[in-house]
Amino acid sequence: MGQSKVPVKGPSREASGAEPPGVSAGQPAPTKPTPARESVAAIVSPELLERAQAGDHGAFAEIYSLHKRRIYSLCLRMLGNPAEAEDLTQEAFLQLHRKIATFRGESAFSTWLHRLAINVVLMRLRKKGLQLISLDEAMEPTTEERPGRSFGGDDLSLTGAIDRLALQRAINDLPAGYRLIFMLHDIEGYEHNEIADMLECSIGNSKSQLHKARLKLRDALRVHPRGEGQR
Amino acid sequence: MSEEIKSMKCAEFQAQLPELIESGARAAEDPHVKECDLCRELLENLEAIAEAARQLFPEVEPPEELWEHIDSAIKKDKG
Repeated sequence: MGQSKVPVKGPSREASGAEPPGVSAGQPAPTKPTPARESVAAIVSPELLERAQAGDHGAFAEIYSLHKRRIYSLCLRMLGNPAEAEDLTQEAFLQLHRKIATFRGESAFSTWLHRLAINVVLMRLRKKGLQLISLDEAMEPTTEERPGRSFGGDDLSLTGAIDRLALQRAINDLPAGYRLIFMLHDIEGYEHNEIADMLECSIGNSKSQLHKARLKLRDALRVHPRGEGQR
Repeated sequence: MSEEIKSMKCAEFQAQLPELIESGARAAEDPHVKECDLCRELLENLEAIAEAARQLFPEVEPPEELWEHIDSAIKKDKG
């Protein structure tokens, strides 16, 4: 990805097919595009599922093949580290093997598996002692985040494109709790009530942290005109 | 419009922004956004960042040998 940039304004490249589906530069970004957890997931047939639930190891291996990309990618996004992502993918499929017989079809299998993997990730993050949610950060904005400070002036606006590397760095630099909620909501597509349930916090807290995460990313990507670079 | 009144409207808009985005409403069509350059810029920036972030994390294949590790972990778990 290196120096490549994501255009913010400018002529649409949609017709050329240069951008992934759903991305059209120069037009208002869709407010709720397809999230990662709703990406085209391979369908596990009822017969395959039934065989795996009955202990057929070959059927389980087939389920792994159908879902390995999605679960590994989820772990990689959440941890940002390939070795840990492998470890967590292994743990998620081990958990799946233990629990697959208990799946009763209340939700789609892919949704159930995704949530199981999220729980594995959260357990790991908690084990690492990371503060996943700041309980003292309710909806009340702090001084530095009050309107006026968080709005750009002429010297603080984003330029016409977002540098992927700078954005990657900015996301990695977010405090753990902000990063987690940003990833769960904006990338994985979970709603605030689901995040609140997973993290055992209030919906307001989840909303507040997401907004602060977005503002922090914007701050990190602002460009100064006098050659001060990005901060 | 005085700066103070304008700032009040910006404050109100920002307070509602997480809800506006979450609800899927067309925040860009909010009356305040239409008349306030700063808030319009804020909204455009946040949408552009979220969209750019989604492009940063495509699905990738895990290493081939991962299944072998999982397979042996399952066998160990059974035993």
